[in-house]
Amino acid sequence: MEVARETLTLNMGPQHPSTHGVLRVILEVAGETVVGCTPVIGYLHTGIEKEMEYRTYHQNINLVDRIEYLAAFHEELAYVLAVEKLLGIEVPKRAQYIRVILCELNRIASHLVWLGTSALELNVSSVYMYCFRDREEILDLFEMVSGQRMMPGYFRIGGLQWDLPDGFVERTRAFLDDFPRRLEEYEALLNDNLIWRQRYEGVAVLPREDALRYGCTGPVLRGSGVPYDVRKAFPYSSYEDFAFDVPVGQNGDAYDRYLVRMAEMKESRRIVLQALDRLPDGPVQTDDRKVALPPRHELVRSMEAVIHHFKLVSEGLHPPEGEVYVAVESPRGEKGYYIVSDGTNRPVRVRVRAPSFYNLQALPRMVMGSLLSDVIVAIASLDIVLGDVDR
Amino acid sequence: MDPSRSLLTRIKERLPGLVVEESSFRGEATVVVRREAILEVLAMAGEPGGSWVLTDLTAVDRFPAEPRFEVVYHLTSLSPPDRLRLKVQVPGSDPTVPSVAAIWPAADWAEREVYDLYGIRFTGHPDLRRILMPDDWEGHPLRKDYPLSDESVEFRGVEPKPPARIVPEGKAGRISANPFGSYDPEREGSR
Repeated sequence: MEVARETLTLNMGPQHPSTHGVLRVILEVAGETVVGCTPVIGYLHTGIEKEMEYRTYHQNINLVDRIEYLAAFHEELAYVLAVEKLLGIEVPKRAQYIRVILCELNRIASHLVWLGTSALELNVSSVYMYCFRDREEILDLFEMVSGQRMMPGYFRIGGLQWDLPDGFVERTRAFLDDFPRRLEEYEALLNDNLIWRQRYEGVAVLPREDALRYGCTGPVLRGSGVPYDVRKAFPYSSYEDFAFDVPVGQNGDAYDRYLVRMAEMKESRRIVLQALDRLPDGPVQTDDRKVALPPRHELVRSMEAVIHHFKLVSEGLHPPEGEVYVAVESPRGEKGYYIVSDGTNRPVRVRVRAPSFYNLQALPRMVMGSLLSDVIVAIASLDIVLGDVDR
Repeated sequence: MDPSRSLLTRIKERLPGLVVEESSFRGEATVVVRREAILEVLAMAGEPGGSWVLTDLTAVDRFPAEPRFEVVYHLTSLSPPDRLRLKVQVPGSDPTVPSVAAIWPAADWAEREVYDLYGIRFTGHPDLRRILMPDDWEGHPLRKDYPLSDESVEFRGVEPKPPARIVPEGKAGRISANPFGSYDPEREGSR
């Protein structure tokens, strides 16, 4: 007699606390074993890529913040670097260093959200509280700089909106001085935690070859043992000036991705400290008047400055005809901008290469044949931002 | 040795006549290959022992020019680090491209996204469905003749304009949501 294979189709999401947004996963389970997994995305699709074709290059800076909203500085940096490459301009060293400082602080803040929420999903709620407390301190620093906690809009094509405010350097140093002690606390709470180890070790394994073929990047790829980091491979914004290591895992499981991200936070702290030590003096905007707004004091003396100001504000800038692809290392992986220009003041096409989109694609590969409860750990260890997946 | 050149040289040696055009802008190499060759070229990039991965797959709409679409493949060599952009030109009358999802699983969702937003069909794709837009959506939003339109709302007093009323017949492609318009030096005097 033939035994019928009985499976149950289980719908997880789109409203589910552990999907980190609006992700729906259709699971096929036989008992407690996952035999089928189909992620359904698009619930957060906002058409930002279409919207950007209708706006000037400067207006788009405020749109890109909303894509990978936990790492808005990385998003802005990738976008402005791409436009700067189209224009063929260099930004002053001080602006480059400040960009690095803010991006690395942003990486710590983003990893803290990941750590807190993935701990919360395994019911370690104290770590969640601690992480969000620390993140809030970083967001306060962002507010000091830009006036906004999460959607700064602080980077400009050709530099920065304005220089760092007084007291920023001291406050950042105070936070970073205390940060290793706190990180040690979290590691003590998790590394020796039997439940944490059992739920993370050997779970959601992604072999090296598959990670490459699925286009995974960031901690997901590095957790699988590939030392690819855009900051090292294609240095941008003066990353070649700083000494830092690229942490790499071995087994490609959720625990290795956890270790990689913990180590990355320490490396980010190292980079910020180096950048603060060597922060050069000078302007924070290019003096190319076809790109950056003239300073206020010039406007009252120079007719030319007024013309430039008017042209930039009303029309915006006109990059030459061409196309560029520029990527940065966001907390989730390779965040790339492919911009096509036809010489007018609006882009023909802005493509956002979203790391979460490609990383999430590997989810079925990770969870097939594992237990249902491990799907939660797998999604958490991917650290997706749905705004980034759906754009 | 320049590794992107070497991949490019290998492509040219093995598939002579399939490279249509080569260009470089700001140090980025772009290679246009014939549509029927893309499968072979990407298989070559993914040969075992190679360092190349498919980083991104997307498309550009050049409406009203012909060939209308370009499907763009971004390849990255992890070590030594390098990048190469491959392009395939697709006419608007026959928007089909061979799917590379069998060789590169990364292309699976990316091709679905291009299909969803541009309406380019990938032949041989295992599951070509919409991915970002709702399943019953009509049209392909990233096409240039698909204008930004009002969104329907759940309250009274607002009547959203359909795309046809925003863009009068025959004006598609010259639409401008930017109040200042696009800059055109030749028209400058007549404004």
